[in-house]
Amino acid sequence: MQANPTPSQTVSAGPAPVQGFWATRRIVLALIAVALVGWSVTSLNWSWLANPKYQALLLQGAWNTTWILVVTMVLGMLLAIPLGLAQAAGPWWLAAPARAFCGLIRGTPLLLQLWLLYYGLGSLFPSIPWIRESDLWPILRQAWPYAVLALTLSVAGYEGEVMRGAFKGVPHGQLEAARAMGMPRFTIFRRIWLPQALQRVLPTLGGETVLTLKATPLVATITVVDIYAVSSRIRQDTFVVYEPLLLLAVVYMAIAGVIVLLFRWLENRVPQRTA
Amino acid sequence: MANGNQQSPEAIRVADLHKSFGTHHVLKGVSLTAHEGDVVAIIGGSGSGKSTMLRCINFLETPSSGLISIAGEAVAMHPDGSPSDRKQLERIRQSLGMVFQSFNLWTHRTVLENLIEVPVHVMKCPRDVAIDRARKLLARVGLAEKEDAYPAFMSGGQQQRAAIARALCMEPKAMLFDEPTSALDPELVGEVLQVIKGLADEGRTMILVTHEMKFAREVASHVIYLHNGLIEEQGPPDQLFGAPQSDRLKQFLKSVA
Ligand SMILES: Nc1ncnc2c1ncn2[C@@H]1O[C@H](COP(=O)(O)OP(=O)(O)OP(=O)(O)O)[C@@H](O)[C@H]1O
Ligand SMILES: [Mg+2]
Repeated sequence: MQANPTPSQTVSAGPAPVQGFWATRRIVLALIAVALVGWSVTSLNWSWLANPKYQALLLQGAWNTTWILVVTMVLGMLLAIPLGLAQAAGPWWLAAPARAFCGLIRGTPLLLQLWLLYYGLGSLFPSIPWIRESDLWPILRQAWPYAVLALTLSVAGYEGEVMRGAFKGVPHGQLEAARAMGMPRFTIFRRIWLPQALQRVLPTLGGETVLTLKATPLVATITVVDIYAVSSRIRQDTFVVYEPLLLLAVVYMAIAGVIVLLFRWLENRVPQRTA
Repeated sequence: MANGNQQSPEAIRVADLHKSFGTHHVLKGVSLTAHEGDVVAIIGGSGSGKSTMLRCINFLETPSSGLISIAGEAVAMHPDGSPSDRKQLERIRQSLGMVFQSFNLWTHRTVLENLIEVPVHVMKCPRDVAIDRARKLLARVGLAEKEDAYPAFMSGGQQQRAAIARALCMEPKAMLFDEPTSALDPELVGEVLQVIKGLADEGRTMILVTHEMKFAREVASHVIYLHNGLIEEQGPPDQLFGAPQSDRLKQFLKSVA
């Protein structure tokens, strides 16, 4: 929003001033963290990190995890919006299939969906001549399209349900005011209904994005080289057991941290009255 | 109608309007004509159909039968009462500014953005022209300082004044008010009534559903008393409030006094 909220309505984004007990607690926690880092740097085996081959692999893995997460969240939300709208306001012949799809996705394990798509579609496609001969074949022969498809459908299924609630939760009067002023239906959707629904799901969506991040290692089971696959490979190659796992945890936490900050920023763009 | 406005052109006409919700016959044939400059107040008990009648004028409710015409142009209807020409209905709605009991300002936009939303994004008015007009209206309703505020941070009275300014920003031919002060704390009612009074004084055409009898008597040029979906009595305010004819109206006025 370009608007400048007046001081009375700015929402304090940061934590309240920390005092007394809490300040002490923070210092203690920080000291423990420093001690842990110091211990793991000095007494654990990080020599493999100096290997340029692993460095490149780690970068590639982190990059794959990140882009797969971003692309599937964006595509998944683009599907979730019509899925939620169909359930919240559509005729039964749109609402029923949308509900069935969301139920199916939410009711079965992602790993199963991933394998069904990869081994199912993946073994079906080579037997269809026009697909084998098409320009898309070099892409469809790889694993990542199936990973992206499965994760996208999963996000669509979960967020479709979330969007249904969000669309329904926008107060009727907000839409009625728009109708009374002669707004065309699609303009109402684009300018009033959708923005308000998205604003409502932002807090949920941040958490769901972190959950999706933590579901991404499943793609390693169909040979996609994400950060988890890289850490497994390093463990197998070097017989170093814990350190690659520690690094893996740090990478996921860093990505999750960025997600949380991003969504907090998005939420604060329109000040909400907390009282 | 009243106040010698018979000569001015017709602004809103409702003829033989019926409305049922399922089997519930809420409006049983009501008619109303407002000429330019008229202020028509609709009064009546709870559930008598006041809101339904007002909402049928801009088709927020679909009439079951009857005719609605705005500035001489009849709203095109299918035989079942539903509007048959969406573009026409949108245009007509833009000429009727509606103010709701619960304000209904868009919560995700600032006050100024609320005001210019329809002028800019629907009526294709240049943005700077709309902003200029919006600022003048906000100054007029006493909210010049509030243009960057979000509705949730304003009092009910401020929100309702902003909602009135939002309706005015479309430069409508007439205003429709549905109990604009009923959701307000008593001490905030006055500031909103004052704004509405100002609009009446400058000769705006308005239809006003209200429970504020004193106010209706003060600003209306014509008063309609609805009972059970029918117009039980109507006339100039002094006659209706000063010398009511029907027993029901007498009783109603006693009950709200
Ligand atoms: N959407 C609807 N569906 C079903 N019945 C409705 C609907 N809207 C209104 N009614 C019914 O129609 C009747 C008239 O309602 P309306 O809101 O017009 O009354 P009102 O005169 O405005 O009353 P109040 O003073 O309480 O606002 C009521 O009995 C109400 O229950
Ligand atoms: Mg009402």
